[in-house]
Amino acid sequence: MSNQTTIALAGNPNSGKTTMFNRLTGARARVGNYPGVTVERREGHLTVAGQEVHVVDLPGTYSLTAYSDEELVARRFVVEERPAAVVQVIDSTTLDRGLVLAVQFLELGVPLVLALNMMDEVKKLGRSIDTGRLAEILGLPVVETVAREGKGTDDLVREALALAAAKGPRQPLVLSYGTDIDRSLVEMTARILAERFLSKYPARWVALKYIEGDEEVKARGRAAGPLSAELETMAQKLDAHCLATLGVNADALVSDARWGYVAGLVRQGVVREDGIHQRRVVSERLDAVLTQRLLGPLVMLAILYGLFEIVFALGETPAGWLEGLFGWASGAVEAAMPDGLLRSLIVSGLIDGVGGVLGFTPYILIMFFGIAVLEDSGYMARMAYMLDRVFRSFGLHGNSVMPFIVSGGIAGGCAVPGVMATRTLRGKKEKIATLITAPFMSCGAKLPVYLLLVAAFFSAWQAQTLFAITLAAWAMALLVAKLLRGTIIKGEATPFVMELPPYRLPTLRGVLIHGLERTWQYIKKAGTVILAISVLLWAALTFPGLPEDQAAEFEAQRATVSAQAEAGQLGEAGSEEALAAIDHSEAQAGLKHSAAGRLGLFIEPAAKLAGFDWRTSIALIGGVAAKEVIVSTLGTAYSLGEVDPEESEGLSELLAGDAAWSPMVAVSLIIFIMLYAPCFVTVVAIARESSWGWAGFSLVFNTTLAYALAVGVYQIGSLMS
Amino acid sequence: MIKPLRQIPYDQPATIAAITAAGELGRRLRDMGLTPGAAVTVIGKAPLNDPVAVRLKDSILTLRNGEADHITVEFEGVAK
Repeated sequence: MSNQTTIALAGNPNSGKTTMFNRLTGARARVGNYPGVTVERREGHLTVAGQEVHVVDLPGTYSLTAYSDEELVARRFVVEERPAAVVQVIDSTTLDRGLVLAVQFLELGVPLVLALNMMDEVKKLGRSIDTGRLAEILGLPVVETVAREGKGTDDLVREALALAAAKGPRQPLVLSYGTDIDRSLVEMTARILAERFLSKYPARWVALKYIEGDEEVKARGRAAGPLSAELETMAQKLDAHCLATLGVNADALVSDARWGYVAGLVRQGVVREDGIHQRRVVSERLDAVLTQRLLGPLVMLAILYGLFEIVFALGETPAGWLEGLFGWASGAVEAAMPDGLLRSLIVSGLIDGVGGVLGFTPYILIMFFGIAVLEDSGYMARMAYMLDRVFRSFGLHGNSVMPFIVSGGIAGGCAVPGVMATRTLRGKKEKIATLITAPFMSCGAKLPVYLLLVAAFFSAWQAQTLFAITLAAWAMALLVAKLLRGTIIKGEATPFVMELPPYRLPTLRGVLIHGLERTWQYIKKAGTVILAISVLLWAALTFPGLPEDQAAEFEAQRATVSAQAEAGQLGEAGSEEALAAIDHSEAQAGLKHSAAGRLGLFIEPAAKLAGFDWRTSIALIGGVAAKEVIVSTLGTAYSLGEVDPEESEGLSELLAGDAAWSPMVAVSLIIFIMLYAPCFVTVVAIARESSWGWAGFSLVFNTTLAYALAVGVYQIGSLMS
Repeated sequence: MIKPLRQIPYDQPATIAAITAAGELGRRLRDMGLTPGAAVTVIGKAPLNDPVAVRLKDSILTLRNGEADHITVEFEGVAK
């Protein structure tokens, strides 16, 4: 590690930073999280002339304040891990905004290289940028690039490595922020230097951060010594003075000074308009249609509906292959191994459990490709823009739309990537409200259960009932979000100041990389969490086994049937039927005797209030592991033997004929399944996006809510009929 | 004349006169380049009239009406 050079990539969101990262490192990125925050940390490697270069993709930021996790992460990284060089990718069509961030890196004394990206688009706007002049004024290397086409990347790497090799003291950039602030800065800097206070950072930078009211630096300062209180008082006095004399807070003056510096810099012959300035006509014309009052929402619905059509149309075949593969694996194990506990564990626990989840991978993969297209094209930002007003009335945010849709907002998503999609939400409270409610959506694992119940009890209105379930899920998600935001996660809405990036044609490379990365995260979870849960569930359904006397009784019954068959009293068909009936009653008895069965019987009195018997209860408990388990467990519990979740017609007939079931029970069960505890993988994902506290809350709160509503509906329904 | 950003007509070029938001919102507005002196044009509104889309140089930003109220702009034109 020691002789390896680390380079960090920084820049505004939408500057092409990630495209640059992918260009530099190929698709070999390692994706993780920064400790304590859910900001993605992407790292990769590249080899230049035998030299190993470690590249870290910092989160996209507009500044280096402490207002968002992304900004904190970027700042901490450059201060604490001291990369040999920071490459800032700048969207050259918004040069000044990029340079304002660059100025903040320079104030911190960071060795910086600027990559003026999207230079092709600058030319189209009828403008030219004198990069040599810019480099000269700022005193740092500036390279022109077009990351999408890989132009300029070699030069960029060369400059970055040259800068990294030139280890020498780097003077932080000293800007003037106006007389009052400058005077205070000098005073405060002197005190900081005298006490060697927070010496990890440049002294003037620390003083500046006190003036800007930076919470993180202040917290560190308080821990470091009493000078902090003194600095805070000085900063407060200055702020009050600025407000009184200029009517503006000190932090605003600092920001204005940076923008002023950049504006002046750009005017020194850096940017030249060549003739008439061309606006981004195409993008604005597209917006005139795509975000138009009436057409906009219609087009959005069409696009989303189209996406799900594509997901299911394209995903079906490969999903069938995977199903076949797991079926073949089960068969092979069954053929190769003698009947027994180990075989049961491998077939029912491992293959069925993990296979049930991995079987969804093709759908997930295609949906992630689709989502990557929506993101990379710039359309996702428009969706947030159009829906923000609606979502805000329920205490959510425009950016909540994607998590809901991915989780199954149009029936057939998955809450795991849905929960991961909440990363675009900056406001913690809105994010938690989204995390708790997104799992209400009709994910691909709940669909088979709905289909089963609808086929059994509402066969005349199948499509309408499913549509009603989808709408109900949305309504519940919004209402519960509103309830939560009005009670336990009360708080102001976070600002919705964001960029609508110009529409761009997504690159195949970018879409593939984004889609595969997310799918891999999903597969990894299926391979770990689901595996463990499947084994646990298998054990709960298997142990303790039937006591010997009972098992012996079934064995005796079988012996009788065999004897009768041999004696010619039963035909071949008759004896098989009789044997199957004995197997089923043994399975029933075994299930009742198992840990899960006992639990089901134990909670039956409570479950009965919602109309569920002990067998349904077991299925629902199993459903906490993965919703797919509900149908297969119901099948086992209702003694049909193996039930394939995709082909549950037999089970639906059985349920329709069962005295314990009625349309009212089905309605109650649908409500319960819609709302209750998210599946285990989702819970883990929620914990990673928020905390184990909120993950636990989602388990308890959602289940309580589901139970209360199911009982209410069932009781009122039963009274009326 | 000087008015809050929300009240200027579509496609009316204007210059930001002041940002009256403090704290995080003020910071976010400034980070995006909505600073005094910047030229802005309102180019559209979302289906429910909120948020608004604003052209700032060569990029398009969006902000809610409530947030736009913290921005006062100056423009030449007749009162509507």
